[in-house]
Amino acid sequence: MSQDDSYFAARDLSMRFGGIRAVEGVTFDVRKGEVFSIIGPNGAGKTTIFNMISRIYTPSGGSLHFAGQDITRIAPHRIAGLGIARTFQNIELFSHATLLQNLLIGRHAHSHVPILSQLAFLPSVRQAEIDHRRKAEEVIEFLGLQRYRDQLIANLPYGVRKVVELGRALCIEPKLLLLDEPSSGLNVEETEEMGFWIQDIQKDLGITIIMVEHDMKLVSAVSNRVLALNQGRILSMGTSAQVQSDPEVIRAYIGGAPEPAPEKEAAI
Amino acid sequence: MRAMFRTSYAQDLLLARSPAAWGWYGLLMLVLLAIPHMLGEFYVGEMAGVFVFAIAGVGLMLLIGYTGLVSLGHAAFLGIGAYTNAILLTKGVPFIFSLPAAGLLTALFGVLIGIPTLRMSGLYLAIATLAFGSIVGIVLEKWHGLTGGFDGLAVPTPAIFGYVIEGRTGVYYLSLAILVAVLLLAMNILRSPLGRAMVAIRDSEISAQSMGIHLAFYKTVAFAISAGITGLAGAAYGHYTNYLAPDGFGILLSIQLVTIVFIGGLGSLHGAIFGAIFISMLPQAIALSRDSLPFGLGRLPGLEPSLFGIILVLVIMFEPAGINGRWLKAKRWFGEFPLHRRAAFRRQKSYAKSERLR
Repeated sequence: MSQDDSYFAARDLSMRFGGIRAVEGVTFDVRKGEVFSIIGPNGAGKTTIFNMISRIYTPSGGSLHFAGQDITRIAPHRIAGLGIARTFQNIELFSHATLLQNLLIGRHAHSHVPILSQLAFLPSVRQAEIDHRRKAEEVIEFLGLQRYRDQLIANLPYGVRKVVELGRALCIEPKLLLLDEPSSGLNVEETEEMGFWIQDIQKDLGITIIMVEHDMKLVSAVSNRVLALNQGRILSMGTSAQVQSDPEVIRAYIGGAPEPAPEKEAAI
Repeated sequence: MRAMFRTSYAQDLLLARSPAAWGWYGLLMLVLLAIPHMLGEFYVGEMAGVFVFAIAGVGLMLLIGYTGLVSLGHAAFLGIGAYTNAILLTKGVPFIFSLPAAGLLTALFGVLIGIPTLRMSGLYLAIATLAFGSIVGIVLEKWHGLTGGFDGLAVPTPAIFGYVIEGRTGVYYLSLAILVAVLLLAMNILRSPLGRAMVAIRDSEISAQSMGIHLAFYKTVAFAISAGITGLAGAAYGHYTNYLAPDGFGILLSIQLVTIVFIGGLGSLHGAIFGAIFISMLPQAIALSRDSLPFGLGRLPGLEPSLFGIILVLVIMFEPAGINGRWLKAKRWFGEFPLHRRAAFRRQKSYAKSERLR
């Protein structure tokens, strides 16, 4: 398998919380430059996988590899430096800071000036700040956030905050972007717009994306491949159409067998 | 409202927002420099007290207001700074060395306390710092050989390059100079990556970590800087009181410092100054009104601490943004004068924050 075919890899990944097996024996590969979606009913372990990748949880078993490097036991704050950025299901922005400050915090992994020179605000710090600002401004332009630049996050509507979170992740200049339910809480138009952003990020910026999502319309519109999970195990993997027509997946979502029941029809 | 027109990124890095703001700060500075020549000894002394509290307030503001870590033990840092400076001066160390030494040693104590306690958060951290505060209080009492215990310690008069800093006026200029330096330091922190990391930790630890911020490291740095600045305030406090006694650095002082930050307004340097002014005025106001209060209320013991408590609770309930919040609202009201909207400052909660990852 070439490096690009297995740009990001999870091998036999499992996570237990006491007796609960949230994720068990999950193995998958993500190719460089693709959008890879993880779907599944509530409690399937999707967000748990994300939290293991961003090292908020330490896997109980298995390993994670990114760009040829084992990242299973790396410190959580080093993940951003490797080029892995994420967004959160329920938005975890810095709500008492302005949009611009939020984006600049996203630049943290790229700031290397020593603390003592920051205390004196030496010219090197000033120059670095202006460079970060320039990068943040590119992201603002890419996502069309100009009019909110100096507003506090707490004053922004939910839909805009979702885009800001995407922007903050882009400020990390990631190679791999983890999107945890990018459409949750958004209306139909906003969801469609989110789909366009995701496609733009994939095509224009060449960023590999792993996405957890419930909205199947968005999933089919943007994903190259889809992984379906149920109760911590892999049900199906393939293109969006393949996964959606897999009887196992249908059973997990709807419950029971998908065959038509003639008695029921008679009753109606 | 005045709109800002920006033409370069460097403009956002300026210390003051506009030339007009520089003008106002300059004018304020001139007035402050002239005050000892215009007002009497008493007022100069009171103002020096405000400056000392403001220095400590800035230190604690960086910790509580910007990093979101509550400390109930900052009186201990004030005490360590005051005693370090006084003891070094007694041993003949020149003031230009003893003052920074007081700040650095206190910062070092901040690191030592920070390493074990900063794994805690919220109430647990507050309790741990409270315990640290009382331990330091006991050490200051019992280590008779170093601190003089309850006999107290006279603070020698400092001199810089042969210029003796004497009396109320000397302390006034000394603490003003320290305050200005500390404010510049704080503003530098807040416009650099360090300050943003602190704000990130305050607002969401989980995503701060995902942005590559090393939580334990930045919390310890914030604690050290806050402690160090409070240590400098302690050194100035020593010269302000001229005499150090261990019971001066107890829980009441810690609570006064926290009150400065909360009443002034969390998350603003202006707030630290407003809070310091308030906290220094309050005892005077109480003293003045003591005789005119009905039912002998004025002679009640413990009137002052209980008033501090009541005011703190009222501010948290009705104006969480503190005096600074009021100030900003007033400014805005006058700025938009006839067109002010009543709902402009109505608080709203628009989404539920996730507690799942804590």
